[in-house]
Amino acid sequence: MTAVTRWLRGEGPSTLLLLLPLLLVFGLFAWFPIGRAAVMSLQETNLVTEPTWVGLDNFELVLGDPLFWTSVKNTAYFTGLALLFGYPLPLLLALVMSELRRTKGLFSVLAYLPVVVPPVVTVLLWRFFYDARAEGVFNTILGWAGLGPFSWIQDATTAMPSLVLQATWANAGGTVLIYLAAMAGHRADLYDAADVDGAGILRKVWHVTLPQMRNILLITLILQVIATFQVFTEPYLMTGGGPGNSTTTVLLQIYNYAYRSGEYGASTALSVLLAAFLGVMSGLFFWATRAWSTS
Amino acid sequence: MKRTAGSWRGRTGSALVVALALGLMTTACSDDEAGDGKVKISVSNLPPKTEQATRDAFLARVAEFEKANPDIDIEPNEYEWDPTTFAAQLAGRTLPTTVMFPFTDGQALIERGQLADITSEVEALPYAGDFNPEVLQVVQDDDEKIYGVPVEAYGIGLSYNRALFEEAGLDPDAPPTTWEQVREYSDTIAEETGKAGYAQMSQNNTGGWMLTTLTYALGGRIQEGSGDDAKATIDNPETKRVLELLHDMRWEDDSMGKNQLFEWGTINQAFAAGQIGMYMSGSDVYNSLVTENSIDSTTYGLTVLPLDGADAGVLGGGSIVGVRPDATPAEREAAVKWIDFYYLGKLTDEQAATADAEALAKTKAPVGTPKLPIFDAEQLAEADAWVEKFVNVPEAQMASFKEGILAQPLVPEPAVKAQETYAVLDAVVQKVLTDENADIDELLSEANDNVDALLGG
Repeated sequence: MTAVTRWLRGEGPSTLLLLLPLLLVFGLFAWFPIGRAAVMSLQETNLVTEPTWVGLDNFELVLGDPLFWTSVKNTAYFTGLALLFGYPLPLLLALVMSELRRTKGLFSVLAYLPVVVPPVVTVLLWRFFYDARAEGVFNTILGWAGLGPFSWIQDATTAMPSLVLQATWANAGGTVLIYLAAMAGHRADLYDAADVDGAGILRKVWHVTLPQMRNILLITLILQVIATFQVFTEPYLMTGGGPGNSTTTVLLQIYNYAYRSGEYGASTALSVLLAAFLGVMSGLFFWATRAWSTS
Repeated sequence: MKRTAGSWRGRTGSALVVALALGLMTTACSDDEAGDGKVKISVSNLPPKTEQATRDAFLARVAEFEKANPDIDIEPNEYEWDPTTFAAQLAGRTLPTTVMFPFTDGQALIERGQLADITSEVEALPYAGDFNPEVLQVVQDDDEKIYGVPVEAYGIGLSYNRALFEEAGLDPDAPPTTWEQVREYSDTIAEETGKAGYAQMSQNNTGGWMLTTLTYALGGRIQEGSGDDAKATIDNPETKRVLELLHDMRWEDDSMGKNQLFEWGTINQAFAAGQIGMYMSGSDVYNSLVTENSIDSTTYGLTVLPLDGADAGVLGGGSIVGVRPDATPAEREAAVKWIDFYYLGKLTDEQAATADAEALAKTKAPVGTPKLPIFDAEQLAEADAWVEKFVNVPEAQMASFKEGILAQPLVPEPAVKAQETYAVLDAVVQKVLTDENADIDELLSEANDNVDALLGG
């Protein structure tokens, strides 16, 4: 019996049939556009007449743009700040909430609530809260403690941290729930043993909880880096990349090339560069942490 | 700080790529000769059902047109100009045959080959030679080929809040006539009312747009030459003077408020809410302030920008109607016939003008907002007289603009890569308004180099 016959008589056709809708959807809405974008990055097109091949001209244009390095630095700054403040916070919240007995459900709902609100709504709300006048919402509250008024998004030095603060508030809840779910599956006997050995909460977290969460922590870390490198909604809606390009990110540049300047080739060229960078970085990251993730 | 596998943000990049690429994939039936031998075209800007009277008036004009042109079939479409979807709709063949867009985008669309050359069709119109040349050049390329028809024109004016003027002890019937007065009035308003005396747009290319306007008002220009020979002239004494004025109003006088990241929509909102004493915008901005921001009309005032300098002029704007680049010759001809009938008919035909004004007045939409001549001042005055009985805007509060604007030279926007230039200038304006120690000379020199690189690219 040949391999093909075995495949046909076995579960092959039914597996393929079940996979087909997924393959079609992914092919049509993910892989084809990605491939098409890679092709477009080597073309000049107005989306009407036949495109012309321009080799690497679009990449040259993108890399020669004075805003390229500005946007890369800003994106790295956002990612760095988001990692520094946004990565430990959900873990901390999950650890505290896992210790709660009766109110855990209530706090889970409260933590997840910002995730349910559409991002555009939360960003616009926060833009309102960040009103730089003394009578702005945050400035009024801080004013009660004798602080401020602060310029928030109206100042190049505070604009990016302000975006990170909003993004952290908006997105932490989802990760909290994932961590809580992971903790629910932890082996209770290890905690009992730690109790018998007289370990306190911190020692239990360090020696029992965190080792069991290494895989999930690794995944959320890489997902956060990928997600924050693609930050768009916050600078687009809150600052438009300002003041003085201090919040212009790579994805905002991609958007501006395509939809403000009509430079579709440059837009896709920068998209390809970003995708390649994130791909390489993810690979390196998994390679560097392979021992950690499989132990 | 993350939403892991389901993260919307993690997918934003893919979404943008998908949006771009799907534009290429999508196909639909094009407007073409219908089966009955008629030329079928779709036309934009059909008013939505929420504006029933203007919608009915539009549809009545469509019926009238089809009766007069039995070989043309019109399909009205609610499409309104949106630069973010334009290209995808064009590629997906869902864009109407005729599209209305602002002057600002005209040159970029021409450069990218996204508009049809309609020179012969426009030149066949009986009034082709009567267009105001300053207005017509916004739809022409270097070879003077025509890619659209200007249907409305305005000049940038200084909108001001009469109530804040009164509260500050200023005479609302005597708006400022020099930039020194603008600064002085702004300071007084800020001091007496606690509101921003003067504010300026700075985001999404509007910062560059307004910086260009102010430069023109002081006699400077930000670009010279045309086509491949265009050069940036941003680093000039007038633009420097403008930025120094803004810097001093913001930091020395503290009369521009604390929020500086305004764009067209947000500054209108803040002005209508009584947060701003004065700001620059198109002379037709009152329409939007009424329909979108429900401004109290008694508080609105409009005057001309003070001009200072030998070559000083006012930056013009307006609306153009163009035709899809892939339209057939028959569709192009039908489209220009429609533009002539529907848009220019309001200026050249009394019956069409009054019907349009009556429909607008019925929906309480503003009638009588100051405009600039598409042809000449005399013709505009005649068209204004036809609709006088329907005028519902506070004309007396706009009188100083109406009286002064026709004496001001109209200067078009930079001919090459205007939007890209404005984007570079946004950062300059924002820097000056948000950083007290901004080095204006360095900013101008850097912006000049960056725009020169764009123009040479």
